[in-house]
Amino acid sequence: MLRLDQATYDGIVAHAKRDHPDEACGIVAGPEGSDRAERLVEMVNAAGSPTFYEFDSTDLFQLYKEMDANDEEPVVVYHSHTATEAYPSRTDIGLAMEPNAHYVLVSTREHGNNDGPVEFRSYRIVDGEVTEEAVEIGPQSTRSSA
Amino acid sequence: MAIEVRIPTILRTYTDGEKSVTGEGANLSALIDDLEGSHPGIKDRLLDDGDLRRFVNVYVNDEDVRFIGGLEAELKDGDQVVVLPAVAGG
Repeated sequence: MLRLDQATYDGIVAHAKRDHPDEACGIVAGPEGSDRAERLVEMVNAAGSPTFYEFDSTDLFQLYKEMDANDEEPVVVYHSHTATEAYPSRTDIGLAMEPNAHYVLVSTREHGNNDGPVEFRSYRIVDGEVTEEAVEIGPQSTRSSA
Repeated sequence: MAIEVRIPTILRTYTDGEKSVTGEGANLSALIDDLEGSHPGIKDRLLDDGDLRRFVNVYVNDEDVRFIGGLEAELKDGDQVVVLPAVAGG
């Protein structure tokens, strides 16, 4: 199961709507091994495309350097589909290289840049195998209450 | 001659879980051959048909090797090499 706080969920949805009709992408970092999605980082889609996304290689390097310095890892890797359902494409599955991450897919096909609900789904993608999981929006379990 | 190589999570199966290993080589191509000797199988995850895989990024001292000669990028003692799979999809 993926647990997200409301602000992070809203941030991902707003990013996807803003970048529509191109795909939006980013991560939510969290302490290594904690599975806590704490820090939303919007990334630029270097492909600038409605059918493909890719982090710019320099941005990617800076991001991982920063996470390394903070003892963080990508807890969530998210991107949007702008014309199709919120399910990993064959390309998504082939290129999923973070075995510990929750892969979040948001589809903006229904309302585009406008207000209105989106499909928001989460998956594990390991060795080409896709497993959907529940998404729970609510207060993040914190260090003190854990 | 020692070059530190940072290994991404997905490739740590080849390094007994180590985040970082050391290798040697006068250029990236030689370093990858050296790594293959100590961590068999890793070369195939980095190269395809003798070239760097499209969705694997390699950096030498913070620079994407694609801008500094690719596999021919020169290395020297003390350099740091970082391997990061692209974050990409469709």
